[in-house]
Amino acid sequence: MRFVFKTDYDADIRWFKHGPQFFWYMLALGLLLVLPLYFVWIGNAYLLGEITAVIIFTIVGMGLMLLTGQTGLASLGHAAFMAIGCYANILLLNAGVPWLIAFPLSGLIAGIAGTIIALPVLRLHGVYLALATLAMSILTGDFIVLFDDYTGGVAGIAVPDISIFGYTINKYANPYAFFYVVVAVMLIVLAAYRNILRAPSGRAFAAIRDSEISAKAMGVNLTKTKATSFFLSCVAAGWAGALFGHSATYVTHETFDVIMSITLLLMIVIGGLGFIHGAFFGAVVVGILPVAIANMRSWASAAFDVNLTIPGLESLIFALIVMGFILLEPMGLYGRWLKIRTYFELFPFYRKDMFRRQKSYQKTERVQ
Amino acid sequence: MTLLKIENATMRFGGVVAVDNVSLHVDQGEVFALVGPNGAGKSTVFNLISRFYTPTEGAITLEGEDLLAHPAHDIAKLGIARTFQNIELFENATVLQNLLVGRHRHKRTNLLSEMTFLGNARSEEKRHRQAVEEVIDFLDLQAYRDKLIAGLPYGVRKVVELGRALATEPRLLLLDEPASGLSVEETQDMAFWIEDIQKQMGITVLMVEHDMGLVSAVSDRVMALSDGKELATGTSREVQSHPAVIEAYLGTSGIQKGGDTGKKKKGKAA
Ligand SMILES: Nc1ncnc2c1ncn2[C@@H]1O[C@H](COP(=O)(O)OP(=O)(O)O)[C@@H](O)[C@H]1O
Ligand SMILES: [Mg+2]
Repeated sequence: MRFVFKTDYDADIRWFKHGPQFFWYMLALGLLLVLPLYFVWIGNAYLLGEITAVIIFTIVGMGLMLLTGQTGLASLGHAAFMAIGCYANILLLNAGVPWLIAFPLSGLIAGIAGTIIALPVLRLHGVYLALATLAMSILTGDFIVLFDDYTGGVAGIAVPDISIFGYTINKYANPYAFFYVVVAVMLIVLAAYRNILRAPSGRAFAAIRDSEISAKAMGVNLTKTKATSFFLSCVAAGWAGALFGHSATYVTHETFDVIMSITLLLMIVIGGLGFIHGAFFGAVVVGILPVAIANMRSWASAAFDVNLTIPGLESLIFALIVMGFILLEPMGLYGRWLKIRTYFELFPFYRKDMFRRQKSYQKTERVQ
Repeated sequence: MTLLKIENATMRFGGVVAVDNVSLHVDQGEVFALVGPNGAGKSTVFNLISRFYTPTEGAITLEGEDLLAHPAHDIAKLGIARTFQNIELFENATVLQNLLVGRHRHKRTNLLSEMTFLGNARSEEKRHRQAVEEVIDFLDLQAYRDKLIAGLPYGVRKVVELGRALATEPRLLLLDEPASGLSVEETQDMAFWIEDIQKQMGITVLMVEHDMGLVSAVSDRVMALSDGKELATGTSREVQSHPAVIEAYLGTSGIQKGGDTGKKKKGKAA
């Protein structure tokens, strides 16, 4: 068990609570930054592309975590905001806007569009926001087809390369540079997320999640704060969408479908709602699962000589895993990790009920 | 000097008249108590002041400022803080974070400085934490500061809620049944705190309380309500001996008499 003695206010404000924590996060960051060297060494960057895709999902994951895990508002339409960011980026680049301007703008446009769409329903109960965003997600493909003069519609549209001060970055031509671009965006979003949590706005988000009535009594403007959370969330989604486009190099009206929206929400639930870590754990699971299922399928087909090309098998297994999490580990993978860590820190004193919520006073148990 | 003034306020919920033509004024620096049987309309009066409800009729002003012209989230900024009868804390946050939300009315940072932690974000954060740390010291909450609310004992939650209201640095503090469900010792602590809040911090207090011991000990004036109507207003002694008040309590559990704090039955609340 570690005791952290605090001697000044900075101790509570700092990103890292103590030295070892700082060390582990820096080590993780260091490993991430030297990762491409390994792929240079083996001379095959395919897997790096997969890892890059996972990091893109952590970006939108963090955005959705801020909205759902932090503010308590569920969006079933974040793929739609990714689409807005993606197409905005493409259109700006095709119009000759430099990437360093087009890319930030793509997030901003997604954020503004998202806020305009969400504003009318933010006053209502959270369910209406979920429904409105779901509707939005279902209609995305139709809108892309409707505006096919700009979006390429069903035929799709090629995503221009990234160009930074004349240096062109293409996922296939230089996967290493693309990896670093994605990591840089992820780190910027991560830093902003972490900062906002230790500032009044972040606490106002959590206040709304836990009790709207007392948030209001403390002077939190509910509509404005929810809109802010939604805006930030959609900015992250827009950036992830733009990067997703660069990664796919070609997008159509089917790229950002409603299944993707739902997967994003499930991703953060699996990862652990309310924790930044949850966005990362969830993205890794969502990234690895299809590959793992495909590998297991071919292994099982070969080993038992059966034909396992059942359509929808991936979705079924994915759904089962999600249901398992919701039933057995509501705190998600990150919650599971916290338990394991506490077990080792306290060894041999860990008690089975350590993380069980103490039975708190039920309002209904009390008369007045 | 009058701080809060309620004039002929009426609140109807369909057929129920929860508050019926009530007028009261709370003077700067006093502790004013609202008493009355359950369902008398006391909490509704609080909800009117908090602007959770808009009165069917009547006016509410704070130092002449029309509260009805403001939405609910402006009330804290005007200097009114409150607690809730059924504790409304942020369950998945720590005690420290709960108190820090109380600082929201003093927020001077914008989104950009909060995201980058450049500009005034860090210095503002320290200012808020300093203010909250004073509240923690005042209420002896050090042992709980990094604990999640979910899992805290009932008595501590009541204190945290008081702390969150104090962190807003209010002019007027609304306490809805601050001692309900508290033990004798906890009720005594609450009495001392309310006294300090009034005398040392100079904060005006309007409270709802069933514990007449606590009411007599801390309040300057008392108003008794029943069925939404005013029965009597005056000192605690005057109100308790008022015929209308005695009659209103007949048949109910009876008014809890007492001259000093801590006469309350331990355990289950009335
Ligand atoms: N939101 C509401 N809708 C309908 N009736 C309400 C509402 N709030 C309070 N009431 C009614 O108003 C009356 C007074 O309630 P309340 O102010 O909570 O009483 P007290 O706090 O004095 O016990 C009760 O009859 C209650 O049922
Ligand atoms: Mg009440």
